[in-house]
Amino acid sequence: MQDWKTQRSAFAAIATAPTLWLLLFFIIPLAIVWAYSFGSNDGLTSIKISGTFANYARALEPLYLQIFGKSVAVAALTTLICLIVGFPVALAISFATPKWKPWLLLLIMLPFWTNLLIRTYALLSLLGTRGVVNQGAEWFWGAFGLAGMFGPFEPLPLLYNNFAVIFGLVYVHLPFMVLPLYAALDRLDKSLIEASLDLGAGHWTTITRIVAPLAAPGIISGLIITFVPALGSYLTPDLMGGTDSQMIANVVERQFKRANDWPFGAALSFLLMYATFILIALQALRNRKAEAGR
Amino acid sequence: MNDRISLEALKSNRRSLLKGMGAAAIGISFAGLAGCGGGESAKVGADGKLAATGEAPELNFYNWDTYIGETTLEDYKGASGTNVKMSLFANNDELFAKLRAGNPGFDVIVPSNDFVERMVQSDMILPLDMAQIPNFKNIDPAFTDVAYDPGRKYSMPYTWLVLGIGYRKSKVKPEPDSWKVLFDSDQYKGRIALLSEAGDLFRLYGKYLGKSVNELNAADIKRIEAMMIKQKPFVKAFHEDNGQDLLVKGEVDLVLEYNGDIAQKMVEDPDIGFVVPKEGSQLNSDSLCIPKGAPHPKNAHAFINYLLDGNVGKGITEAIQYPTPNGKVKELMGEEYSNNQVIFPRADVLSKCEYAKFNADIQPLFEEAFTRVRAA
Repeated sequence: MQDWKTQRSAFAAIATAPTLWLLLFFIIPLAIVWAYSFGSNDGLTSIKISGTFANYARALEPLYLQIFGKSVAVAALTTLICLIVGFPVALAISFATPKWKPWLLLLIMLPFWTNLLIRTYALLSLLGTRGVVNQGAEWFWGAFGLAGMFGPFEPLPLLYNNFAVIFGLVYVHLPFMVLPLYAALDRLDKSLIEASLDLGAGHWTTITRIVAPLAAPGIISGLIITFVPALGSYLTPDLMGGTDSQMIANVVERQFKRANDWPFGAALSFLLMYATFILIALQALRNRKAEAGR
Repeated sequence: MNDRISLEALKSNRRSLLKGMGAAAIGISFAGLAGCGGGESAKVGADGKLAATGEAPELNFYNWDTYIGETTLEDYKGASGTNVKMSLFANNDELFAKLRAGNPGFDVIVPSNDFVERMVQSDMILPLDMAQIPNFKNIDPAFTDVAYDPGRKYSMPYTWLVLGIGYRKSKVKPEPDSWKVLFDSDQYKGRIALLSEAGDLFRLYGKYLGKSVNELNAADIKRIEAMMIKQKPFVKAFHEDNGQDLLVKGEVDLVLEYNGDIAQKMVEDPDIGFVVPKEGSQLNSDSLCIPKGAPHPKNAHAFINYLLDGNVGKGITEAIQYPTPNGKVKELMGEEYSNNQVIFPRADVLSKCEYAKFNADIQPLFEEAFTRVRAA
């Protein structure tokens, strides 16, 4: 491959449009919101950028830190469950025959073609008090005469609580975990696995000591690519959560809408952004170290 | 108002989906690009003709979804030759955000009462020229002079709503008559859903405590916050203005909702009832306004006047089933509509209902207190 330094004009011709696009529609609007986070409301429609840190000070009050903490915990649990569920799936797909692979991958990606809102409403009708799951359970209850032993059927509280939020988030974010895992596992030299098995390691040992370390970069990008959007999700907690299921993005939304406090909302969302940047920087650092160690 | 929320959520969804794609995308608003070719002050229409008002025969109408009669806009084109281009917004916040940085070309907008106040205070609304709106005479006297727009200088009422308790008759006995069942009792534990609008909730708690919705102070907010935290374990969900669906699906037996939303569902499910509690409640009214910088202000006046006509209003009300502030329309709609106690609550209860004033200083306090309630 040619070095871009030797083909400056060609590189410039290709790179100008995307750079401009990024600058105009990503960097500049983001910079404006960033500037808002150092401002205060000046009347109803204008914001004075005064360089104040008051918004950040308020965002770091225990109330908001607690909500940040809860959001991180929810996102982390979601990511962990996605890893536990997604790893075997990715492994299975990587071992499938070439004929089946594209179809299995398609199955994983299929939900992306449906709007998230519609998928969430589908989950609502699945998990509701009179939803499919509860109706099925009620039928089971009646069919096996469990009412005699345990009393009449009580619908399971599957919706409007923290369980529902985690369930919804895992459902939505699973493909984000499976795809990078699959990419990493598929590249894996299968003969290493055979060697490990031949030399007497069991399946579990082979997975933990051979497959997992080799797939580590894929696992880590899967973790990050799942964790970051899960941390910022707000549709799922809004529609499926109970009275205490708010996440930080719900609070941010209310600042920009009802509270009309854009500076504070900007500070909250940038705190989230800083956390994301730190995560990505840590991974980049780790990658560099790994490369240097080679 | 369920249609509004689903639209809003679709929009929100686009954002979280982008985020989900791994790009730290931020919502970029193409305000004004969509759906309104206005902004230019061209005096002549595309075909070179002028409307009776002397302006180009076009008008940009910014409205809620499912909030106009089925043929209203076509009929208006037939009657006046003016082509109405309608764009939709999902909630007042979206409307306000679009006009915040200047009018992108809208001629007529439909903000709710508190946003009429807010936009008037922000100098975003043109005063109306009443000489061009003779159909104002059709408006019910109860709506001709209101606190949120004294003397009706800036807005014409389009619909009105009131918050109350929607309930399942077979599960909730006796018929509730007080906010107590929602706000201050474990009688219907786990079968209650409340609207997740901080301001509305605090004001209605204020009503329950016998205060005006516009008189709450910091001490009241503190007291109400404690009450909400105490009540929270008995509440199943804070809903996004889709309470009527939760009620119909049997998720809950009591919801805090608008009368219009519950009235629509009572048609499908006769086991559903609605009551405005005896302590009184909060009124809302969506109003027709002309934003500053409207390209066709004369057409806008003519269009508003047209919408206030009795027969035109009847067509709209038949489609949307909301309470109308138009006396003529109410007369034309017949008894079944005007005697519906859900659409039009009893006069003695209604007299205790108030409009919420827009108050820029207290809204953030409501929001923060509600954030505390939800985090508790």
